[in-house]
Amino acid sequence: MEKILQVKDLHVSFSTYGGEVKAVRGVSFDLHKGETLAIVGESGCGKSVTSQSIMKLIPNPPGKITGGEILFKNQDLIKLKEPAMRKIRGANISMIFQDPMTALNPTLTIGDQIMEGIKQHEHLSNDQAKRVALEMLNLVGIPNPEIRLKQYPHQFSGGMRQRIVIAMALVCRPDVLIADEPTTALDVTIQAQILDLFRDIQKKTGVSIILITHDLGVVAQVADRIAVMYAGRIVEIGSRREIFYNPQHPYTQGLLQSVPRLDMEKAELIPIPGTPPDLFLPPVGCAFAARCPYAMEVCERVYPFQTQLTNQHAVDCWLQDERAKQLVSKI
Amino acid sequence: MNTYYMKRLVSMIITLWLIITGTFFLMHSVPGSPFNEERRTNEAVQKNLEAYYNLDKPLLVQYGNYLKQLVQGDLGPSIKKSSQTVNDMLGRGFPVSFELGFYTLLVAIISGIALGVIASLRHNGFIDYLAMSIAVIGISIPNFVMATLLIQQLAVNFPIFPVATWQSPKHMVLPILALATGPMAIIARLTRSSMLEVLTQDYIKTAKAKGLSPVKIVFKHALRNALLPVVTVLGSLAASILTGTFVIEKIFAIPGMGKYFVDSINNRDYPVIMGTTIFYSAILIFMLLLVDFAYGILDPRIKLNKREAK
Repeated sequence: MEKILQVKDLHVSFSTYGGEVKAVRGVSFDLHKGETLAIVGESGCGKSVTSQSIMKLIPNPPGKITGGEILFKNQDLIKLKEPAMRKIRGANISMIFQDPMTALNPTLTIGDQIMEGIKQHEHLSNDQAKRVALEMLNLVGIPNPEIRLKQYPHQFSGGMRQRIVIAMALVCRPDVLIADEPTTALDVTIQAQILDLFRDIQKKTGVSIILITHDLGVVAQVADRIAVMYAGRIVEIGSRREIFYNPQHPYTQGLLQSVPRLDMEKAELIPIPGTPPDLFLPPVGCAFAARCPYAMEVCERVYPFQTQLTNQHAVDCWLQDERAKQLVSKI
Repeated sequence: MNTYYMKRLVSMIITLWLIITGTFFLMHSVPGSPFNEERRTNEAVQKNLEAYYNLDKPLLVQYGNYLKQLVQGDLGPSIKKSSQTVNDMLGRGFPVSFELGFYTLLVAIISGIALGVIASLRHNGFIDYLAMSIAVIGISIPNFVMATLLIQQLAVNFPIFPVATWQSPKHMVLPILALATGPMAIIARLTRSSMLEVLTQDYIKTAKAKGLSPVKIVFKHALRNALLPVVTVLGSLAASILTGTFVIEKIFAIPGMGKYFVDSINNRDYPVIMGTTIFYSAILIFMLLLVDFAYGILDPRIKLNKREAK
């Protein structure tokens, strides 16, 4: 499959009064054409920062991309100057934010907000732009688009607004769509509709989606591949099947155990004890070691190499080491 | 749609009537009369004068007469300057005050908003601090100090502009500058804080993610949302500037309305007090109406005339 986007060893940090917070510490992944890659992890693990770095929307200062490469169609976005980056934003890579209630400008009509994206990137007449906008509203399932185009955001419900935000993001037919918690602010039935919409759109347009979420339920519904992030690093990445049925990293296992499921034997959830590490002073070794039930001495001293389990499934954990396997099997 | 305007009109008239009534009785409850002066006048002459201006009648009768006269659009004669009517005085003074006020507002609004926007875009940078220092100076220096300072520097030391009077555009520069600094500073500070808030909103992030240029983001997406609080203060600011500011008009010898305000109260010139107060109130009420319209234009969520708001 064609790789549309490659992130290589991305480092992002924020300077604060307390010092430098290393929010993303070496994230690498590939995004293939037409797939949905989900990035999951708890709050503060760096998943949103990663996605905003791809768009180069990290507020600078205080944020700064301190290393790595983001290759989009063989050009490194990190090296790109702001005006050139602006041509890519919205046109080739676009983004959807969490809360549809605040993501739309309350003083402009929906039509205006959808059309300004196309007008920015493609030289279209007003009529042509309007036709594209109508087409988009149809695509995302908004009835009476002609009338709706002239209305303001406050005249729409939350689910409708998220559809409009999606229409806005897709209007230039981007290659990559980054959705940062697109369903978190919606109630469950609307969530399901929006997720259906994502799948539908992907089928019709072939867009690659990066889905940022902490909701494993959402991931199970739409993701082709899943990257699990912890403390600024991807600790495990694999196909949906591999992550859900054969999780290899103790953190992934912990995450899955802490989610309620209908087929659970006991009605009890198993939480992961402890809290994520402070990213002012990230641990030298594996960041999860302090909370890990299988932690060994080596875990705290040296960060584990990535072990490639199948051609898609990879994990950063010392348990994959031959010596550790023998150790665990003895116990 | 029409019901809203009707309601609005009725409430404006009631407001004005309350102001008229309040002012009328307050004014008469203050001891003294237009004819009480240090220089004693003849008892009989004073009686005659009071009778001539109907000041010897019971207060309620006077009130009734005044209202009757007012409904016909007549604000009455000035007691102190017996050759003039209040209508004449306002008719002569207001255009001048309005001209001064209009340009002052224009300068204050444009420079204030520009300063505020620039400061917010360079938040916590050198330009921000510079702009806000200017704003603090503008707020804290009273306009009469500013006026004398401007006259000293730009009219006396470096005779670029004339010292006083109201004739050509060149004459207007100093009074407008002196009068505009205060409102400009207020507008600049408000614009800045409001812009800073708007710039952190999600829809600004969305606009950036669309690849819009910074200019478009600021003017199309941010500024319009940031202007609501600014418009709120503009109503009362505009009313007070347009109806003349006594001190500035005095310093620059501008024949505006401001001096009638102060003179009339010192002189107990009842019809002039009433006339200027009513006029000022009417302008203020009108400005507040304009502000409400401006809200509706700036923010579609605020609908003035639709019943759907219920």
